[in-house]
Amino acid sequence: MKTGTIKVDYLARVEGEGALYIKVKGGKVEDLRLRIFEPPRFFEAFLRGRHYSEAPDITSRICGICPVAYQMSAVHAMEDAFGVEADGQLRALRRLVYCGEWIESHSLHIFMLHAPDFLGYEDAFEMAKDHRAVVERGLRLKKAGNEIMALLGGREIHPINVRVGGFYKPPASRELLGLAEALKRARDEALETVRWTATLDFPDFEQDYEFVALSHPDEYPFNEGRITSNKGLDIAPSEFDEHVIEEQAPYSNALHATLKGRGAYLAGPMARYSLNFDKLSPLAQEAAREAGLSSECRNPFRSVIVRSVEVLYACDEALRIIDEYEAPDRAAVEIVPRAGVGYGCTEAPRGLLYHRYRIDEQGLITDAKIVPPTSQNQKRIEADLRQFVPHYLDLPKEQLTRRCEQAVRNYDPCISCATHFLRLEIEREYRARDDPGGFRHDHRGPAAARAGR
Amino acid sequence: MARKRKKLAVWKFASCDGCQLSLLDCEDELLAVAGAMRIAYFVEASRATVKGPYDLSLVEGSITTPQDAERIQQVRRASKYLVTIGACATAGGVQALRNFRDVREFINIVYATPEYISALDTSTPISANVKVDFELQGCPINKRQLIEVISAFLNDRKPNTPPHSVCVECKLRGNVCVMVAHGTPCLGPVTHAGCGALCPTYDRGCYGCYGPKETPNTVSLSAWFGGLGVGELDLVQIYRTFNAWAPAFRLESEAHENRDDQS
Repeated sequence: MKTGTIKVDYLARVEGEGALYIKVKGGKVEDLRLRIFEPPRFFEAFLRGRHYSEAPDITSRICGICPVAYQMSAVHAMEDAFGVEADGQLRALRRLVYCGEWIESHSLHIFMLHAPDFLGYEDAFEMAKDHRAVVERGLRLKKAGNEIMALLGGREIHPINVRVGGFYKPPASRELLGLAEALKRARDEALETVRWTATLDFPDFEQDYEFVALSHPDEYPFNEGRITSNKGLDIAPSEFDEHVIEEQAPYSNALHATLKGRGAYLAGPMARYSLNFDKLSPLAQEAAREAGLSSECRNPFRSVIVRSVEVLYACDEALRIIDEYEAPDRAAVEIVPRAGVGYGCTEAPRGLLYHRYRIDEQGLITDAKIVPPTSQNQKRIEADLRQFVPHYLDLPKEQLTRRCEQAVRNYDPCISCATHFLRLEIEREYRARDDPGGFRHDHRGPAAARAGR
Repeated sequence: MARKRKKLAVWKFASCDGCQLSLLDCEDELLAVAGAMRIAYFVEASRATVKGPYDLSLVEGSITTPQDAERIQQVRRASKYLVTIGACATAGGVQALRNFRDVREFINIVYATPEYISALDTSTPISANVKVDFELQGCPINKRQLIEVISAFLNDRKPNTPPHSVCVECKLRGNVCVMVAHGTPCLGPVTHAGCGALCPTYDRGCYGCYGPKETPNTVSLSAWFGGLGVGELDLVQIYRTFNAWAPAFRLESEAHENRDDQS
């Protein structure tokens, strides 16, 4: 397809509502937009006036797939504002619940959302007809992650046991030990998954990314560390606002983030992995090497291997934490609210998640700012597609569309997050795709629709 | 002779995706569900879409934009049974907090160029827009209850989802009452069962994420909260979370808001 438009009105197998529009003329990409029509929900606005203690439960509702990430960034930001630290086993339990979310979220993406692209199926259900053992393995891994969240958090989605200062009720040692057997099996299956993802076909596509992720001197990052990049960025979470600019694009309900004076950057598993390879467990490092990865991964299609390496690491790390666990003597550290500003930056499965709160003397939130990973990656996804599409213009439109969708799914975009974002449209001529329900819906607002044409 | 499989559709409106994820979280049952029903429309899980009509539509999310207000009508027309899943679809969700305020003010806080954003003044439940055949409450829904609802509709029977309070579930679990024993305010007496009394089991008060039960006595509960030292403003906030626009919770929060104005 040398001239034409690719339009995907409703991107499938991503979390939330987005579209893709690519206009090609004479073998060149003329226009390209990843548009998010997910309705905005205004979290930053209604957080104003709420009590600081409500932030973890309220912000978890931004995303059903990574609620723990929201809870973690919220509690760390609040603790930063109040000058307290949840350390020792409380800190370890937070890492453990995050391991659960990474295992669950990554397994969902690897097997249910991303794998069908590589194998040419519409979904995991169809894939299961030919590859039942693979899909079942994915579901078992996913379940192992969910079991960690259900035990520590009460339930998998929107856990109820996380609070500012620690937990409501930390688990007893014997309860955690109950997870160990399932996690050992999960670790074996995660290793098989790394080997299996390495056998998939990958287009030869490497980009010179600026990777941005947390780095911590002693460990693979979850909750703490400095925000670093492979191109010299090295800042504390409190400096985020000075370095990251959020802009609104007329065609999207999600804000786009860029690094001041440097442009688009990449957050997420590839960035974390490439900046922190030496902090992975020996087992995860060895599996990555065997799968053909070096200590840096610059091919976004290979992110499926990186995710499986992270699942393996998370199983390993969870087992380490369980092995060293002793129930803490108190469920949470004491909180005395005071007026101030707090910053929290943690590693959601999809990347850096930034929270900032201003709190008054009564402990009420007067201002909130939340920057999820998908808004940070949005510009980078568009940049990838601009580079990627010209190489595949010989493909028929249907195949090109699939390839573009896959390139978007490389990022595991989370649209509910980004609007607190995806529809693919590539243009030969405008043709409304038959709508599944026998009807056509245009989710764009009038202004966005005008701007989108 | 093979029986024709019924068609299942999953629709999303304004939401966090957690309730539809609950279906994918049924790791042990998922492939069986996909075998028993034809997954005809489920964008989060599949590229493939099959035209309607659908035998069962699960609807997640609330109505917050003019486009979605139109789309839900189309979903209704294409569906034999329409079941709402979760607090957004059933009560308007946490985003219904805008209903108590001026939405333009909200847009101005979040977006630098507000005119690009198209949003209704209110976030409303699906039942305020179209006829709903069954509502499954919870933020998020309970996945066991979801399987129960799907199998009930598959077999033309009524879903068995007890309408009693979280209090009853708490007693069944043998928990010590957090309100009586620890003086912790707990919405368990007025909140719909389904979670299995999770919060009290983890030593915290219920925060009402399953929404009001049938005939909740919120007035009495608020009086008890008052006795525990909960102020009027806090009472307003307690009822205004994930089910703020559910009538019982809405009326109770407004009652305390007005009292606060008079004092």
